[in-house]
Amino acid sequence: MKIFLLRRALVLLPVMLLVSLFSFALIHMAPGDPAEILLTSPAGGADRAAVEDFRTKMGFDQPLPVQYLRWLGRAIQGDLGYSYMTGQPVCSAILASFESTLRLSLLSMVLSLLASIPLGIWSAMRPGSFPDHIGRWLALLGVSVPNFWLAYLLILMFAIHLKWFPVAGYGNGGDLMHMVLPAIALGAASASVTIRLMRSSMLDVLQQDYIIAARAKGLGGWQVALGHAMKNALIPVATISGLNFGYMLNGSVVVETIFAWPGIGGLVVSSIYQRDYPMIQGVTLFVALLFLSINLLVDLFYAVLNPGIRYERE
Amino acid sequence: MRENNSRRQMLLGFMILSAIALVAFFAGMIAPHEPNQTNLGERLSPPSWQYPFGNDNLGRCILSRIIFAARISLYIGVVVVSLSLLIGVALGSIAGYFGGLLDELIMRFVDAFLAFPSMFLALAVIGLMGPGLSNLILALVVVEWTGYARMVRGEVISLKGKEFLEAARSLGAKDSYILVRHVLPNVLAPVLVMSALGIGFTILAASGLSFLGLGVQPGIPEWGSMLDDGRLYLRVAPHLMIFPGLAITITVLAFNLLGEGLRDELNPRLGSSIHEDAA
Repeated sequence: MKIFLLRRALVLLPVMLLVSLFSFALIHMAPGDPAEILLTSPAGGADRAAVEDFRTKMGFDQPLPVQYLRWLGRAIQGDLGYSYMTGQPVCSAILASFESTLRLSLLSMVLSLLASIPLGIWSAMRPGSFPDHIGRWLALLGVSVPNFWLAYLLILMFAIHLKWFPVAGYGNGGDLMHMVLPAIALGAASASVTIRLMRSSMLDVLQQDYIIAARAKGLGGWQVALGHAMKNALIPVATISGLNFGYMLNGSVVVETIFAWPGIGGLVVSSIYQRDYPMIQGVTLFVALLFLSINLLVDLFYAVLNPGIRYERE
Repeated sequence: MRENNSRRQMLLGFMILSAIALVAFFAGMIAPHEPNQTNLGERLSPPSWQYPFGNDNLGRCILSRIIFAARISLYIGVVVVSLSLLIGVALGSIAGYFGGLLDELIMRFVDAFLAFPSMFLALAVIGLMGPGLSNLILALVVVEWTGYARMVRGEVISLKGKEFLEAARSLGAKDSYILVRHVLPNVLAPVLVMSALGIGFTILAASGLSFLGLGVQPGIPEWGSMLDDGRLYLRVAPHLMIFPGLAITITVLAFNLLGEGLRDELNPRLGSSIHEDAA
């Protein structure tokens, strides 16, 4: 296990270095001079002296490798610079918005599992039956429907016509009523993946000897399924849920923008509208590291459950 | 039972896509109106005989715009996936075939790209280069080539010990010849499956970015930007959003039907890659 951990960490290191290089390059690949872009207002050009002054202040006059090392040194300490728009530290803005995203994705994950696990089990118990077909089509639809359209359909139905939920917003510190619709819009895709996975995983487990033994003892089909098979069938679902959690970040971009949810997806979109490069850079670096950590955790979880993986890779 | 299902699924996807492709190709003949013809008298009008899907905020015919928009979506899907394939297959097969340091270098590079959630990577590229059709295509290629590279590499590695490659080598064939003539034809099946699913994913992502105003720019009818136009009028004129969304869903669904059906037909052992499309 130690060797597995070490190997995994060793592979991660160069990847993280490359990730930091990409993020650093973001600002410097933007067309034009960063100092000049920042000081140019829609009304007219920037003052030359002010541009020079700003360039020195921000360190844009140093050679690129020096700028990179300085930037990396600060980034490791959690200093990602300041927003060009609000002057707020990038790091604290990211952490605050990430908290909102985390709350939303957690609810989304819970709703998606509550919907998909029962449907997956039901489909596996009666392959080819009506619920199985429903599950199949829901799964296909869930990955085909654009989440921004789904979001508006939900708003139209449940906020405008039925008035069950508010149309958008954060409400009282992000209360449950304000979370439900965005959570559904965000979780639909991961629910559809989970339905299919739960079904196939359940079908696999149901063919194993210990299930046949339980059946032979005279236990009923559903009793065996829920009491004996489900626990083992949930293992791959747990793994994919970890990954889904990461993929929800992608969905958050559009969903948070539509529902005016102050999360990290909304943050990146508004910083792009405002050309707030330090913010774009900070968010990009942050989500990449988050994504890498989630993948690492999922791998570890898998290795703990399945010793075969550990030896295979060593 | 199952085989029948996947074949039917594939056929259904293929039929819907053929219909969409025909509509896109003959858009000029099918569309009842000019897609950019504004008609302020018909502003936000609900569906009628003359305008079957109603009119948008500038009085333009929504049906005609949806018909013309099929062109741009299919174009983006096909171009992005072709370019991603080109890069992904080239680098993936080289990494898998030669192995060693080259493999390590290429794959760490791939890993670094894969470390960014796809939507954020695409947004970063667009934030950098600015919105527009060509930058949208660039951003999506940057996101998608890695998936093909990784998949092709895996397939090539699984072929490596096979006798037919040894036979070719012992007959004196060069690496480049073996790669092109013997290895690549054998990875065609999974590449086809992944491309079909990939076009669906691309259309979904492109319309999402256009919806945010960061993709295809106004002037060209596009499903995502049509939804964006309609968001202010959700209460008074929901038809502005309903029909373009339906068009995206049906198109993406058709690609998913085709891709998944194809996967079950060609190679039941292939794992589900549906997950990567859950953007």
